[in-house]
Amino acid sequence: MPTKIEKDIVTGRDTTGHEWDGLKELNTPLPKWWVYVLYATIVWAAVWFVLYPSVPGITGYFPGVLGYSQRTAVMDDVRAVAAQRAVTMDRIKALSFADIRKDPQLMAAAGTAGRIAFANNCQPCHGAGGGGQTGYPALAAGAWIWGGSLNEIYQTITYGIRSGDAKAREGQMPRFGVDGILKPAEVQQVADYVMTLYGGQPGKDVSAGKKLFADNCALCHGEAGQGDREKGAPRLASHVHLNGGDRATVVAQITSPRMGVMPAWHTRLDEATIKSLAIYVHSLGGGE
Amino acid sequence: MAEPLYNEAVVKKCIIAAVFWAVVAFLVGVWLATELAWPQFNLGLSFINFGRLRPVHTSAAIFAFGGSALLGTSFHVVQRTCRARLFGGDALADFVFWGYQFFIVMAALSYVMGFSQSQEYAEPEWHLDLWLTIVWVAYAVVFVGTLMKREEPHIYVANWFYLAFILTIAVLHIGNNLAVPISVFSAKSYSVASGVQNAMIQWWYGHNAVGFFLTAGFLGMMYYFIPKAANRPIYSYRLSVVHFWSLVFMYIWAGPHHLHWTALPDWTQTLGMVFSIMLWMPSWGGMINGLMTLSGAWDKLRTDPGLRFSVTAVGFYGMSTFEGPVMSIRDVNALSHYTDWTIGHVHSGALGWVAFISFGAIYYLVPVLWKRSGLYSHRLASWHYWIATLGIVFYITSMWVAGIMQGLMWRAYDAFGFLQYSFAESVLAVHPYYVIRMLGGLMFLTGALLMVYNLIQTVRSRSTEPVFALPGALAVAGE
Repeated sequence: MPTKIEKDIVTGRDTTGHEWDGLKELNTPLPKWWVYVLYATIVWAAVWFVLYPSVPGITGYFPGVLGYSQRTAVMDDVRAVAAQRAVTMDRIKALSFADIRKDPQLMAAAGTAGRIAFANNCQPCHGAGGGGQTGYPALAAGAWIWGGSLNEIYQTITYGIRSGDAKAREGQMPRFGVDGILKPAEVQQVADYVMTLYGGQPGKDVSAGKKLFADNCALCHGEAGQGDREKGAPRLASHVHLNGGDRATVVAQITSPRMGVMPAWHTRLDEATIKSLAIYVHSLGGGE
Repeated sequence: MAEPLYNEAVVKKCIIAAVFWAVVAFLVGVWLATELAWPQFNLGLSFINFGRLRPVHTSAAIFAFGGSALLGTSFHVVQRTCRARLFGGDALADFVFWGYQFFIVMAALSYVMGFSQSQEYAEPEWHLDLWLTIVWVAYAVVFVGTLMKREEPHIYVANWFYLAFILTIAVLHIGNNLAVPISVFSAKSYSVASGVQNAMIQWWYGHNAVGFFLTAGFLGMMYYFIPKAANRPIYSYRLSVVHFWSLVFMYIWAGPHHLHWTALPDWTQTLGMVFSIMLWMPSWGGMINGLMTLSGAWDKLRTDPGLRFSVTAVGFYGMSTFEGPVMSIRDVNALSHYTDWTIGHVHSGALGWVAFISFGAIYYLVPVLWKRSGLYSHRLASWHYWIATLGIVFYITSMWVAGIMQGLMWRAYDAFGFLQYSFAESVLAVHPYYVIRMLGGLMFLTGALLMVYNLIQTVRSRSTEPVFALPGALAVAGE
């Protein structure tokens, strides 16, 4: 029922003759450029369909005349970057740390490989630049628990700490408070003494705590609290604290020790990358 | 007549809800942007952490604000252009309104309590999905029933778009939410499809939520309120027919472009990409019809701030429907995907198109529905316009820079073949842009608050002169 076709004076076009709530429509043809661009995209789509994997069938799909496969393309990229890395990484893998350190080019490659591997794998716990955080050792501080030579760092990264790996570094501290090895008052006395080791609580009579320490703690942590890397017993006579140097933290650690876990990275990273990581971590400021 | 021809009460309720949810959506968005820039703003509270609050923002923006605006305008438009009161009586229309609001509130509460079925934009669990299905079917009955009892011989173009939106959303909602609850007494369910099939169904849904909720629905809005405010006939009837059918046909295939470079088979990725490219002109058909309808009425942009919103919305629509096909190209997507470019793209559509076209409709509708002679303040509406526009520019340009920078940093290799940057370094690099984005969002929110004040004052103003629809929507030369 095109009731009343009118002419619009602005555009010179006719209306379609319909009206809804005062709204009308002009009978303007499709804009030419719009139609041509639409056709062009359809032609382009048809060409793309012929060139690339497109139409599905029952058991597979038309692979396209170019034979493109995303999986192949990605694997090619992965291989190309692996070949680029192999130039330096194969030598890093083969050589000893001593020999790597003599070669500036290898040291540069290990530095860049180690830096990025550290940032993407280690940084969430150990902090940017190995600054550490509560419960996670500061690698730049030189307060090594398991040793700070290149080989020791390499060993730690490869097999981890209490990671469940057969070659993991193992060390257990008894639960002196929880298991009743020390009475609560004795735990307090030991804490008093331990705090004097790093000047945390000067001027107090700690003779009782000193004796308890010698009987219970010195076996691993040493008479003077110097620590023992063989057992992974941290050096207590130090201003660098793993969990904190305040009284409550020390008491909590003696009562029911917190013992962190580090993964065995050989399950995720290759040997050359771990070597690079060791070189990078060693260079952060605490290397021995 | 005993009762007025149209049910305007339900339209009013929808518009009030839309304005309310707009503020909620923008406020939560600004809070989330602040959390992203400074994570300590999570405040250690589980119910406002980013993961739970993010679906509150997206659902509030798309479904609460956008949905209420679509409900309200579709009820208004279908009655006016059919010259028929809503089908099913006032009670059914009220059920649709209150049922939908109930869904929104329950969905938001479930998110902050930690419930989600982990399908983006379809996070509510199965019992809420069932409820929404009932509400949506009632909505379809009201809308289609009204079309069927129309007093006009033809169905106006705006109604085609609203109808496509209603029907397709029903299909998408049911298709993507097919799930098996672990017990009738548990909110937890598992999707019927798994793995890459689940991902494909999710993005068939997700992409067409964009296509039919955020595009077709709001094109329906555009096709009524732009010619109304401009007082001009639609530029081309033929274009509206061709771009409607090409848009609805092409959109439904384009979902796979959300899954480029994934386990999705190559052929499916190709399909999604080429249909996205072909979608360019069908999308632009709506922009052409919107802008060209302004021929002979461009001067109205100076005097009608509502129309200024609508026309700017069409501009942003044209921009983001060009950007979308570009980003769907597999090699562009290799750079853009998983970066903030995507977030910028979404917001040029959501803020520039969806919100602006709704603001235009709301500024037009409030004086009409409440029988006022006009807006309380054109000056405030102009301030809203400029603050919000500048906010969008801040938002999308900062996300373009941040996104492209992320994409380039993630793919950069050094001379030895190792990544140049760690992920954490790319996070650090985008921080300034996250702050700019937050400021852009804050401006957008500020503009919306000006609108709220302006609308409240409009309704409260003493003037009750009714707005008469200007007769002769056409400058007629002879017969």
